[in-house]
Amino acid sequence: MIQTLDMLAETASQTAGPYVHIGLMPSYTGNGQIYDLELGQSPISDGASGEIIEITGSVYDGMGLAMRDALIESWQPDARGRFAGQDGADPKVTGFCRFAADATSGEFILRTIKPGPVALRDGRMQAPHISLWIVARGINIGLQTRIYFEDEDNSGDPLLARIEQPLRVETLVAKKTDAGQYRFDIRLQGDGETVFLDI
Amino acid sequence: MLDDGPLIPRNRALHPNPFDPGYKTSVARSPHLPLLAMDSSASEETGPTFGHGQLGALDNNLILNWTRGAAPAIGERIVMHGRVLDERGRGVPHTLVEVWQANAGGRYRHKKDGYLAPLDPNFGGCGRTLTDAEGRYQFLTIRPGAYPWPNRGNDWRPMHIHISVFGHSFGQRLITQMYFEGDPLIPLCPIAATVKDRAQLERLVSPLDMANSKPLDYLAYKFDIVLRGRRQSVFENKPEGV
Repeated sequence: MIQTLDMLAETASQTAGPYVHIGLMPSYTGNGQIYDLELGQSPISDGASGEIIEITGSVYDGMGLAMRDALIESWQPDARGRFAGQDGADPKVTGFCRFAADATSGEFILRTIKPGPVALRDGRMQAPHISLWIVARGINIGLQTRIYFEDEDNSGDPLLARIEQPLRVETLVAKKTDAGQYRFDIRLQGDGETVFLDI
Repeated sequence: MLDDGPLIPRNRALHPNPFDPGYKTSVARSPHLPLLAMDSSASEETGPTFGHGQLGALDNNLILNWTRGAAPAIGERIVMHGRVLDERGRGVPHTLVEVWQANAGGRYRHKKDGYLAPLDPNFGGCGRTLTDAEGRYQFLTIRPGAYPWPNRGNDWRPMHIHISVFGHSFGQRLITQMYFEGDPLIPLCPIAATVKDRAQLERLVSPLDMANSKPLDYLAYKFDIVLRGRRQSVFENKPEGV
């Protein structure tokens, strides 16, 4: 009998289901009275350094329908690339936000600051990006992806450089629509399928 | 040895297949192209933290939190408790655990749930807590009812509680569901059946825990949750090629 590794297996994911808002965003479904403070309402507070931006988009299913029940979490550093809790991080940036597709239009809006670049362990710099995690009914394990920005230099980004089909890089790049305004649509399947990550 | 290397890559065979025709909604909501894998960076290894100052005293008491202590919810009183661990078996301290569930009749307090069973005026259906220094958590709640849902002709969800866990890294983020020992609906459920590894599915079923039940008050069910761990970093942090 060979030695054992003494490792545990990660608990299996299960879909967040159609009623995920009850648990993570109770005010979305009219249950806001249950908590004094709902978590993740904004990734920044007044006085955060950096450019305030708004990212608008929809999550589309494989038939091209905007999903009206998707819930998204975002995680990002401050304008200088420091995450909350790291030395010198902007105390006005928690970096974490929860937002949901509108129940009628299916559109989401993320209001935040443009993040700074973050280095890999080996020192290579990643272009500014926001990490996303998407859950909904029918999604059996939360989907990871990233928002990059078309008005940043993404040419040296190590993750984007690993995407085999260059056309697919575009699925991770938010389009600038106006000053401080971006559009970022997420397609779960089919034409223009977003690059999802296993990181 | 420090666990400050990259996150251990996910073994996706232990998770549901995103595309599972038995769960019809997954058919159009599952990526068809391969995921892009890469070593994690600070973007995935850091994550949000939450403090006790952000939570309320009744947040982990679903029997009382909807009415702010004024009147208890109807149902079979239970304590759901366990530990949040990483793949190395170490407790994950001070991390946020959130739960949501149907009431005792199988009805959710959500604008999109129109099931026949009535709402309980004293039950909201969500709770949250932080794990302690050893990764332990607990909730006082009522056992949720089973309920029918539109999928195949006559599908029912077994009794279950949804659980969301953060860990210390955004890349550890996990949502799962806890089932109850002995529920005959578990083997019939297409959502439970998205987990193909039998041992993994059984680990989603909480055993009745009489030792932690309180006489004349509540039953207990134990549910441990394992999140991804980190690589040990002795040979990490070196420039490429060195």
